[in-house]
Amino acid sequence: MPDGGAALDVQGLKTVFRTRGGEVHAVNDVSFDLKPGELLGVVGESGSGKSVTMMSLLGLLPSPPAEIRAGKVMFEGKNLLEVDPETLRSVRGGKIGFVFQDPMTSLNPVFTVGYQISEPLIKHMGMNKKQAMARSKELLELVGIPDADQRLMDYPHQFSGGMRQRVMIAIALACDPKVLIADEPTTALDVTIQAQILELMKELRDKLGMAVIWITHDLGVIAGIADRVLVMYGGQIVEHAPVRELFGNPKHPYTSALLKTIPTIRGERAKRLTIIEGQPPLMTAAPTSCPFRDRCDRAMPVCAQKNPPRIEVGNGHDAACFLEDPLEVANAG
Amino acid sequence: MLDDPQKPLVRVRDLKMHFPIHAGLLRRRVGEVKAVDGVNFDVIEGETLGLVGESGCGKSTCGRAVLRLYNITGGEIEIDGREIGNTPQSQLRDMRPTMQMVFQDPQASLNPRMTVEAIIKEPLDEHTTLNEAEKRDKVAELMDAVGLNRKFAKRYPHAFSGGQRQRIGIARALALNPKFIVCDEPIAALDVSIQAQVVNLLEDLQEKFGLTYLFISHDLSMVRHIATRVAVMYLGKIVELAERETLFAKPLHPYTEALLSAVPEPDPSLAAAVERIILQGDVPSPSNPPQGCNFCTRCPKVMDICKIDEPEYREVKPGQFTACHLYNETPTATSE
Repeated sequence: MPDGGAALDVQGLKTVFRTRGGEVHAVNDVSFDLKPGELLGVVGESGSGKSVTMMSLLGLLPSPPAEIRAGKVMFEGKNLLEVDPETLRSVRGGKIGFVFQDPMTSLNPVFTVGYQISEPLIKHMGMNKKQAMARSKELLELVGIPDADQRLMDYPHQFSGGMRQRVMIAIALACDPKVLIADEPTTALDVTIQAQILELMKELRDKLGMAVIWITHDLGVIAGIADRVLVMYGGQIVEHAPVRELFGNPKHPYTSALLKTIPTIRGERAKRLTIIEGQPPLMTAAPTSCPFRDRCDRAMPVCAQKNPPRIEVGNGHDAACFLEDPLEVANAG
Repeated sequence: MLDDPQKPLVRVRDLKMHFPIHAGLLRRRVGEVKAVDGVNFDVIEGETLGLVGESGCGKSTCGRAVLRLYNITGGEIEIDGREIGNTPQSQLRDMRPTMQMVFQDPQASLNPRMTVEAIIKEPLDEHTTLNEAEKRDKVAELMDAVGLNRKFAKRYPHAFSGGQRQRIGIARALALNPKFIVCDEPIAALDVSIQAQVVNLLEDLQEKFGLTYLFISHDLSMVRHIATRVAVMYLGKIVELAERETLFAKPLHPYTEALLSAVPEPDPSLAAAVERIILQGDVPSPSNPPQGCNFCTRCPKVMDICKIDEPEYREVKPGQFTACHLYNETPTATSE
């Protein structure tokens, strides 16, 4: 995996939160790479560790309670988990942009939008105020905000939800990032506005050629936008595949179950929804067995004994499931 | 609409709910938010009417107004043969057992200091004359009905997961054997795999107790699953109402078309075939709706008349109601 071509390469990341009630193993041995110019989708339910993984990469988690126990995050030849805070700060908001879920809480209400877009330009690109404002205007135009000139002087509350998310994207794009991490950027938006933002993202990615990590719980969004997909469950990557392969030929029982639980507005309407019984795991200890075992209808004895590794099942497709290991299936009889 | 073969349990006519805006030093009334502005619909006994729309379109307000959780600005509401639109709150008390509500956020709608048993028992305390033992039995029965372990009756809401909390909320709504339940985004706060559990439970309960639902949601695919008929709201008005299959297969109103096309398709092979209608701009403010049709500022099929006259909400095809000038008698350039 660690070829020189990856824009970002994550190996064996482990993040643990220490709480009063004990430890929570939020991210367990997560490895993936991101190729230049691709859009990598990350899906999972709440608590599956998708946001924590991305926050860990950039050192955005407060420590304590968070603790990164192991792993390597290679970006431009440097391990981001080991660099000094100064370097990390220059990477964040510079070469790696971040768009958060809720545009209202991530913009500062007392500064104008223009000021907030200029800030990274002045800090990271060494522009003066005037240059920064001129560039801010270009950025607002790029993300499709009309009357950019006037809107620069407006405050976040004067923008609608969709417009605010566009502003957030403009800030994240300000310094020509190589990598953009978008954490549920459309979850707080309505479907018609979401459709606008998705179109915009696809357009910008083609135009600017950056690599994007798109975190969401919405499989529909992933289907429409991603090139490759990581499915997370219980703090682990349980399946990884190109998007068409994932939807057409899911290998992990969790992925198949998840695909069956969602009703669609097109195609056949199911009489009754398929459900996944039970609850997600608590993750209070490092996993010693498959995290999906309790809810899996194809569980075997081996699933309770050890945690399945990610097994290659096809070209660029792997699943962390013993069902894909002929030896284990044979053992189970 | 009036000569429906089935009996409507709920009849809503020209429902209006306006909230005043006060401003200035003297808090003078300077305008109003027309959250619900002239809405007509029936809910037929035993059916599920889905009410969909984007945030701010007034769907939740509409649901709450129908149960008279607000004092409405105007219009008529009839539930189970009784007019409740203009009845004072004090006289509504004996109607309350018939009509109940399941709220969106199970975290906020359950009192953290009450045990599950106390929460489900409260409506029984208020409205029935059962003795303590009978009430306890009834609570245990309700917990069974919604799939909660009755051993957990003495626990507090924080000890339950989101899906289980929503079950507590549903048990409470069922306590008084209601006929009509307004479900206000009951699954919006839940994870996908848990959503399906709650939706299946609602369907089971409907069959078992003969319930009638008004199911408010912004999730169109879930509404397609659960609803018998669907109403689409935009900026305080219903723009279209039809049988589920008709609405999803052959929507009439341009807003419904755009809304349906915007729903992301989880199947990539189908996704490519979806013709997306990307609406420009944002929803106008409900305190200052545009002249004419509310949708005229974003409508891809807008005509001159749309900016002048408000279209009438009427039955265009049997069972399919819409408010759009494209379907008025004067045959204009309809581009279907």
